[in-house]
Amino acid sequence: MSDYLVQFNNISKFFGKVIALKDVTMKLKKGEIMCLLGDNGAGKSTLIKTLAGVHRPDEGEIIVEGKKTIFDSPKDALDMGIATVYQDLALVSLMSVTRNFFMGREPMKGPPFFKTFDIEKANKIAAERMGQIGIDVRDPSQAVGTMSGGERQCLAISRAIYFGAKVLVLDEPTSALGVHQASVVLKYIVKAASQGLAVILITHNVHHAYPVGNSFTVLNRGKSLGTYEKKSISREKLLSMMAGGEELNKLEVELQEMNRKN
Amino acid sequence: MSTKSKSIETKTDFNQDERLKKVSKLRILLNRPELGALGGAILVFIFFGIVAGDTGMFSAYGVLNFLDVSANLGIIAIAAAMLMIGGEFDLSIGSMIGFAGICIAIPAIYWGWPLWMSIIFAFSMAVLVGYFNGILVVRTGLPSFIVTLAMLFILRGATLALTRLITGRTQVPGLRVLIEDDPLAWIFATDTFKWVFTWLGSMNLIALRTDGTPLATGIPPSVIWFIVLAIITTWILMKTRYGNWIFASGGDKNGANNVGVPVGRVKISLFIGTAVAATIFATIQVLDAGSADTMRGTLKELEAIAAAVVGGCLLTGGYGSAIGAAFGALIFGTVSMGIFYTDVDTDWFKVFLGAMMLIAVIFNNYIRRKVTESK
Repeated sequence: MSDYLVQFNNISKFFGKVIALKDVTMKLKKGEIMCLLGDNGAGKSTLIKTLAGVHRPDEGEIIVEGKKTIFDSPKDALDMGIATVYQDLALVSLMSVTRNFFMGREPMKGPPFFKTFDIEKANKIAAERMGQIGIDVRDPSQAVGTMSGGERQCLAISRAIYFGAKVLVLDEPTSALGVHQASVVLKYIVKAASQGLAVILITHNVHHAYPVGNSFTVLNRGKSLGTYEKKSISREKLLSMMAGGEELNKLEVELQEMNRKN
Repeated sequence: MSTKSKSIETKTDFNQDERLKKVSKLRILLNRPELGALGGAILVFIFFGIVAGDTGMFSAYGVLNFLDVSANLGIIAIAAAMLMIGGEFDLSIGSMIGFAGICIAIPAIYWGWPLWMSIIFAFSMAVLVGYFNGILVVRTGLPSFIVTLAMLFILRGATLALTRLITGRTQVPGLRVLIEDDPLAWIFATDTFKWVFTWLGSMNLIALRTDGTPLATGIPPSVIWFIVLAIITTWILMKTRYGNWIFASGGDKNGANNVGVPVGRVKISLFIGTAVAATIFATIQVLDAGSADTMRGTLKELEAIAAAVVGGCLLTGGYGSAIGAAFGALIFGTVSMGIFYTDVDTDWFKVFLGAMMLIAVIFNNYIRRKVTESK
């Protein structure tokens, strides 16, 4: 058995003639944070949906804890401990923190046929879990709509961990956040990893990814440009590898030439 | 407050950053969806207490009268509220009332079925109609407004056409004789707590007829149904898993789906709920009147939705309360009867209904902004 918690080997996904993903390989150990970097249209969304079990890969294999598996549905992926936190977070802003935390997985009490939603227990767990990440929920029955973007992101991640995630797939967790809020979320992600989770952090923001990532996979036009350990690559190199780099260089040259002609 | 507060401690960060205020008990109460309707109901009672206090509106007979009207509306308003919290509309409630009425009357009168069998038949048809509404909305993803609007016409048209085809007319009388000794009909047709009223009458505390029996004979069945339904639905919403799923389905369909809430099943069950509530309404009225009318229930769907909105339901779903809808129905019932006791022309009732709804929507909209955007 390998020491990888999860491996995605040579994953490819086609939509008709379009090659959305080609031979993407990612391997994660416990406690590791891998950052998946790519510009818009690089195939990040397709990859996330493949990891989450929404799409089935057309080629390649998924190995979870040494066993080759196929995800037929998002539920399959979740049952294997791979939890995806999408950008919309699957939170209902009109509902309370507790009701969101346990949405679809409510703790129950009482005799059969008269089981009720154990709201006291749920409140307690929700407040406790939020407290652990440093969010003091004075009133767990307050609506999620009153929370900040960072707090909501943390709530969604905390919920995934509470319900048994081993691998967290985070879709752009910081993109809608300000600098300060983003740093709080990133701190929490590092903390989660240090407790033994593997984290796949999908982002287009190198400045957010670089400080927290152990390794970096760069995606460009559906293909992986390789995976790099943190010590083997610099922030600038990563930046230039993402679609922007080459093109910006080209643009610079072109602009210089234009200037010269003028 | 500047650099120093942004310490490394995450905890302090959030607290300072969010500038959390202490939330008072009053504020929590203000955030309850049914508060507006409760306040409205109190205002309406005070108003009529002053204007019509000495007219008999608040005699036992008068109270039961407006409670009966409120309860009938309340039964469908509660179901409509549940569905609205689940994120959908049902415009076919009124047509379902007419349809359920003839589903009871025609088999009982023309086909010789026992009354209890006709009633069960009507409820089975309600489950079918509700299921059909639900499955259409869930499968096609079309707005329920459109799907149930179509059902409004289909059901009303079918009710008229079938009744005329089978009976040659649009009303089916003659049910009253069948109620006695029926094993099921009493649930929808019996006044309860008669002994209380007999006793009150014997003590000369309430008005009597010339033969010495009290004018108000007992609590009408609609009121009992209304109270029981209000309690059960409130319990479901607040205390059960299914209740949480209703809020989730209405609040964010995709999000709920992503975390494993069976949104489709929840919505279908709520559509069945409105159709069944319409049938309870119809059964009570048909047995009370002793006849079914094809036009019964016309426009009731809009009154039910109005009561649900006054009760705090958002038109976008995910927020509201069943008890609020019950208060909404109480407001409408009280005013519609109260106007009768005052000298005001009853035509003004609709004006009031509209104005009340408008105020409620503006108020609800404000509340929702408070709840969702106070980041």
